[in-house]
Amino acid sequence: MTLAVFFGCAFIAFGPSFALFVFTIAKDPLRVIILIAGAFFWLLSLLLSSLVWFIAIKASNSQDHSLQRGLLIFGVFFSVLLQEVFRFAYYRLLRKANEGLAAISDDDSSAISVRQMAYVAGLGFGIMSGAFSMINILSDSLGPGTVGIFGDSQYYFITAALMTLALTLLHTFWGVVFFEGCEKSRWWVIAAVVGLHLLVAGLSLLNPLYEGSLPPVYGIMLLMGVWAFFSSGGSLNSLNALCTRRKAEAESS
Amino acid sequence: MNTSDSEEDSYNERSALVQSESPTIPSYNQDHDMSLPQETDTKRRRPVSSGLSEPGPVEREQASTPDGEEEELTLKYGAKHVIMLFIPVTLCMVVVVATIKSVSFYTEKSSQRLIYTPFEEDPNSVGQRLLYSLLNTIVMISVIVVMTIILVVLYKYRCYKFIHGWLILSSLMLLFWFSFMYLGEVFKTYNVAMDYPTLVMIIWNFGVVGMICIHWKGPLRLQQAYLIVISALMALIFIKYLPEWSAWVILGAISIYDLIAVLSPKGPLRMLVETAQERNEPIFPALIYSSAMVWMVGMADSSNTDSADDRRRNEGGARAQEGVESEDDAAQGGRRRYSAEEDLEEDRGVKLGLGDFIFYSVLVGKAAATGGDWNTTLACFVAILIGLCLTLLLLAIFKKALPALPISITFGLVFYFSTDNLVRPFMDSLAAHQYYI
Repeated sequence: MTLAVFFGCAFIAFGPSFALFVFTIAKDPLRVIILIAGAFFWLLSLLLSSLVWFIAIKASNSQDHSLQRGLLIFGVFFSVLLQEVFRFAYYRLLRKANEGLAAISDDDSSAISVRQMAYVAGLGFGIMSGAFSMINILSDSLGPGTVGIFGDSQYYFITAALMTLALTLLHTFWGVVFFEGCEKSRWWVIAAVVGLHLLVAGLSLLNPLYEGSLPPVYGIMLLMGVWAFFSSGGSLNSLNALCTRRKAEAESS
Repeated sequence: MNTSDSEEDSYNERSALVQSESPTIPSYNQDHDMSLPQETDTKRRRPVSSGLSEPGPVEREQASTPDGEEEELTLKYGAKHVIMLFIPVTLCMVVVVATIKSVSFYTEKSSQRLIYTPFEEDPNSVGQRLLYSLLNTIVMISVIVVMTIILVVLYKYRCYKFIHGWLILSSLMLLFWFSFMYLGEVFKTYNVAMDYPTLVMIIWNFGVVGMICIHWKGPLRLQQAYLIVISALMALIFIKYLPEWSAWVILGAISIYDLIAVLSPKGPLRMLVETAQERNEPIFPALIYSSAMVWMVGMADSSNTDSADDRRRNEGGARAQEGVESEDDAAQGGRRRYSAEEDLEEDRGVKLGLGDFIFYSVLVGKAAATGGDWNTTLACFVAILIGLCLTLLLLAIFKKALPALPISITFGLVFYFSTDNLVRPFMDSLAAHQYYI
């Protein structure tokens, strides 16, 4: 509960997404708009799922703790499904906008490709999801307190930050893969993304058994990263070219 | 907001940014939702709100270049202009939220109230509170309407000195008195000891440079910074002195008023704008935030390096633009200026009234002030930005002046209430169990 914890957790949770934003998105106004609109769509999905959960809570017996917990778990899965629905809706919106942009431009090509939009949209979802998970926790970590004084885990902050990081990157990768799947009409890809999201949410239900949740989630994240890389056109050759070109440049300089 | 899409306006733009008081000719469909600054003894200043007019590229459609290019230019510029407005709006909100969260003065309820909200809300009775907040809103909106009508009347009868004096008096009050109060509270919060001579020097310099930048000439960035700062100060005053429920009802009512005043043919703002257009005169450029970067013809050095970059980026746009402008007879002065310069560059930019800044910041600031939940603040922030984006999109489609408040404030209010009541318990439960969605 110190400044060190605050900064440490903030940088863990938001460092990579902030770097991605600064290096790939900040310079292009269209991408910034798509990012913020993506964040808005995620927010809408959260709003609707909270509404459903709230109604369920109010309609049920508030003293029955296991029922409340069951409703919360239902809320988690419903929210995941709704997020994917809104991701699809955002895909449709971006496609329409892209067609509009392409139709009115000189050479029938729009300023931004669907793959770039997929990445930006995914990152928008990820940043908003991460922010909503983490910001209150961060602000609490600045103040006084003892973590886990009632017997809960003392690793709360750091695991929250790590989970947020994983989820942010996962949303980015899911965005890329999802849009690619929609483009090529490969419905099994979409089903896989939805299934993996549900799996990750389900794994988080194992908390505070962090061994059960964090390593698998990171494993899934790495796999998704590789999948997204290959799905967006990367290949072993391009990786190779990247390394050898760098080596060649280093040698020539 | 001042559109920058006619050549008269472009002629004005070049002077408008460097010195606000120069005579500028508004374009054919300007609109300002002007609310006037108040008398000094009332401790308040009314913001200029939401006339939002289209970005420059609109007039390129009249050029001889093919339509597709125009439209693409419109969209490309559209995205850039959206960002040029996102940044100052974000900065203003960040300043307000940072102040609210750190300086407790602005969240302490005092017994003092503004005279525009005379009914005191009783926290015990819901019905009475609702009724009194409605009454407060009615009083406030009628004051705004009356002020606007007075402004229109003054303008019609050419009492310019009075209007300018009024504007100068209100910016004096903002730049000196409110900033002195603000500085005092910040020092109290951080327990900084400050002697009066130093304080007087700081406030004096800050205020005088602000007056010069806003009402006369100054570097563009400095002028923008000052406008953001005074909007933030005004928003903080509103947050402090408006009663809880009244503030929300007032926000809703003022966006409805904005919609009516800007779009209906009998609206006072529309009449103001039309009168100004008939006379080919400017409309109070000191109360508009402008994002454009302008060249002054004959300026040997470009003091704005941004303009230099912009020139390189906007070469094509400028050529099409010059084509349009030279065709119009009305801008004699403009043509005089353009003829000499081949690569004359001007980024039209887009303007937003200070009232919009103020009310956006009031919404986000109140979201930050009530309760310790940062999610609500973030949700309102995103909602307002998306509303602004949609407004600018509508602007590009309809190509006429639009009010900037309604969409953003509606989204902001919806998201505030729903996040506060629905999302907050959900996210809190999730965080308590460390479930992730």
